[in-house]
Amino acid sequence: MFSNFDFGVILNSWRYLFLDGMTFTLTLTALAAVGGVILGTLIAMMRLSGLPVLPQIAKVYVNFMRSLPLVLVIFWFYFLVPYIGQWIIGAERPIQVGAFSSSLITFTLFEAAYFSEIMRAGIQSIPKGQGAAASALGLTYWQSMGSVILPQAFRNMLPVLLTQTIVLFQDTSLVYVLSITDFLGAASKIAQRDGRLVEMYLFAAVVYFTVCFIASLLVRRLQRRVAIIR
Amino acid sequence: MTSSAMPPVSPVPEPQAAVDAAPGTGPVGTLLTERPPVPATTGPMIAIDGVSKWYGDFQVLTNCTTSVTKGEVVVVCGPSGSGKSTLIKCVNALEPFQKGQITVDGTKIADKKTNLPKLRSRVGMVFQHFELFPHLSITDNLSLAQRKVLGRSRDEAEAKGLALLERVGLKAHAHKFPGQLSGGQQQRVAIARALAMNPIVMLFDEPTSALDPEMVGEVLDVMVELAREGMTMMVVTHELGFAREVADTVVYMDQGGIVEAGTPAEVLGGPREARTRSFLSAVIG
Ligand SMILES: Nc1ncnc2c1ncn2[C@@H]1O[C@H](COP(=O)(O)OP(=O)(O)OP(=O)(O)O)[C@@H](O)[C@H]1O
Ligand SMILES: [Mg+2]
Repeated sequence: MFSNFDFGVILNSWRYLFLDGMTFTLTLTALAAVGGVILGTLIAMMRLSGLPVLPQIAKVYVNFMRSLPLVLVIFWFYFLVPYIGQWIIGAERPIQVGAFSSSLITFTLFEAAYFSEIMRAGIQSIPKGQGAAASALGLTYWQSMGSVILPQAFRNMLPVLLTQTIVLFQDTSLVYVLSITDFLGAASKIAQRDGRLVEMYLFAAVVYFTVCFIASLLVRRLQRRVAIIR
Repeated sequence: MTSSAMPPVSPVPEPQAAVDAAPGTGPVGTLLTERPPVPATTGPMIAIDGVSKWYGDFQVLTNCTTSVTKGEVVVVCGPSGSGKSTLIKCVNALEPFQKGQITVDGTKIADKKTNLPKLRSRVGMVFQHFELFPHLSITDNLSLAQRKVLGRSRDEAEAKGLALLERVGLKAHAHKFPGQLSGGQQQRVAIARALAMNPIVMLFDEPTSALDPEMVGEVLDVMVELAREGMTMMVVTHELGFAREVADTVVYMDQGGIVEAGTPAEVLGGPREARTRSFLSAVIG
């Protein structure tokens, strides 16, 4: 049944697919993961702070983000961020935000909600005595977080964080709704141009599968390496 | 705090409030010196004055008053749930209390102006479950707070840590991680970690009760040595042998209150209170 298929289309377009498309996808994934973990950790700390108001703000943010479809958030930010930017800096016209910046902001804010739940579980998994020991040695809240609690929470949660990052990697394909040339966007453009839809989407599926499969193997190996000796 | 309403119960003369009198020249200023000079005031190192604490409606501590003078070893004992851990955690403000006053080396710990991290860095604490940091090597466990809190250089902190490790007989384990040591070894490291901060007083909360019996001795040996060197210590323990050997004062607690306090001979030998007697007969068996 593959006799009519022309897989040459892949050979002819691989530079575009990978150097443009995949590079964008991986860059967006990596930056949004780092941004999302940092913001998510701060949100988790707010939520566990025991201070007035902050936990509620964090909780509302997380639940709000998690109840919206990602595509909606992508659209929303793409059209809204220019106006928010205008409002913040008080400019005359909506500020220009590139598709990349817009999607990076979107994914960071969106993923932070999920990462914050992971980091919250991670922080809560550290025995109370660790914080007490850090305080007893004279460490401040931020020193205790930075040197004692978060490094352990992060290590305990690394497998889950990376698994969530693999989901993020797949989700970045949704930026195609903004006509961005991520990997799927690039494959889609070639497919339409050359009329090779089946070959291209089949190939894209194989690539996504391969990347995710290898990544999850690496996660498992990493898990063993970073495990805290107990 | 409502402490102003409390009568002065402390048997020793009230310390001059050096911190309040001259900000910046108080005891906290001696933080970085190797050996803190003997304070000009002769007040107790720890003064616990009419302290009460509630968890919601439940009163954990009831009007506790006791003190630890410089160089003194005070052993606190009493049945499970009597509030020993809570009381000792109040001393370095790991737990807040609602009534009464605690001063450490003349500094009121419940005072809003007190820099708690700074104060705690001068009060060593050893926990029942060691609480070494499992993601850090023994060397890093010993040097972390020295560097972050006291601002010592890495070399200086590691040298100090190594010297203390040698003192507790664990120099060869410096590169290992806590999970690779036995319980007794971990607790000795925890003691060394506290000592690395040059504390003016050491608090112990049942330091041997999570240990296998054969490891209790090695930890008690370190504590006995420390006491002999003149360290001021407040020790929650059921090790009555330790109490007899090194304690200057034994404090007996029950149901959140201090029932009696005296020399080991008085409290352990011939307790006045019936509750103390029944506890002792239960512990000794
Ligand atoms: N966070 C808390 N909330 C409510 N009650 C608490 C809390 N922590 C301790 N308690 C209660 O306070 C009482 C005193 O506890 P504490 O740990 O000080 O006792 P302890 O004398 O150290 O006992 P043990 O010998 O078992 O260590 C206990 O009845 C305990 O149940
Ligand atoms: Mg206890």
